[in-house]
Amino acid sequence: MDKKVKIYSTPTCPFCMMTKKFLKENNIDFEDIDVSTDQAKAQEMVQKSGQMAVPVLDIDGEIIVGFDKEKIRKALGL
Amino acid sequence: MFDLIIIGAGPAGITASVYAARKKMNFLVITKDIGGQAAWSGDIENYTGYQFITGPELTGKFEEHMRKYSIELKENEEVLELKRKDDGVWVKTDKATYQAKTAVIASGKRSRELGVPGELEFKNRGLTYCATCDAPLFAEKDVAVIGGGNSALDATLQLIRIAKHIYLINITSALTGDAIMREKVRESKKVSILNNTRVTAVLGDRMVSGIKIKREDKEETLPVEGVFVEIGLIPNSEFAKELEKNELGEIRVNCRSETNIPGIFAAGDVTEVPAKQIIVAAGEGAKAALSAFRYLAQHK
Repeated sequence: MDKKVKIYSTPTCPFCMMTKKFLKENNIDFEDIDVSTDQAKAQEMVQKSGQMAVPVLDIDGEIIVGFDKEKIRKALGL
Repeated sequence: MFDLIIIGAGPAGITASVYAARKKMNFLVITKDIGGQAAWSGDIENYTGYQFITGPELTGKFEEHMRKYSIELKENEEVLELKRKDDGVWVKTDKATYQAKTAVIASGKRSRELGVPGELEFKNRGLTYCATCDAPLFAEKDVAVIGGGNSALDATLQLIRIAKHIYLINITSALTGDAIMREKVRESKKVSILNNTRVTAVLGDRMVSGIKIKREDKEETLPVEGVFVEIGLIPNSEFAKELEKNELGEIRVNCRSETNIPGIFAAGDVTEVPAKQIIVAAGEGAKAALSAFRYLAQHK
């Protein structure tokens, strides 16, 4: 079953680019949320993750802060 | 036993790996991350062959090049100790211990911390070391940038487009950094430059709500929601206790990338080689790997 993946990111953040590249390479579909242009979504990210740094991944409700390959692999069952 | 252990996978470590692979050396790469500081860089316009490329793109290409060869790579692993013994070089990490005939240290640098109360507590809760990453989260907010050199000026210039007001907190009597950037910062009405000022604490509840600053023995509180720490870098050289270093902790090397201990070489930003540039680090990585190869040939 495909998991629902959201990434909260900014266009300039290197680790966001790496995370997105990693997801693409693993053929994972994801919704990319640019928090630099959407303040409401930025707030949502802060609330979900309890912190203020990008990237934040929401994988079926599991929140992962930063480009943590091992955690992402585990959450996606890769 | 490996011929060679390469510590680090930034531009220097990756280039050393490519050279070691092409010399068909039996080697291991141990690293915390791939790309190092270069992966954090925004726009790169001085790496020959690329008129414009971003940090993640360039380091992505480096990684791809390295992985073209079947190399043994330990990622997410931190080196705690490196020792030369009679039977080779021993490298202890947070996960295991490895032995090799030679080593190339290319462990780079990391952001310097303020070392004040509240810093660790509020890291990623308003305090950040990566302006390029997190600046857009501080739209229309009052923020402080700590530092007075190029990276602090760069962070300030990024924030001028985003934040409401920026306090630039500089410990010395005047900003350093490039003249062009200093001018731009001074021209902006959004920036207050506070020279001769040090940060003594980061304040907040769940998130940052202010900083305590000290100026000519007068302490005051500045209400800000963001703190960008840009006070330079320190070399990741603590694990190499026996190596000669300069006063900054950078490893001393000669023009053949040799350290004071035979069989141990170093390259890139962790060394005292001047010009901390991606292209310099890459070149130094190539030199170090070739020196290790030559050392092995001479010590069969």
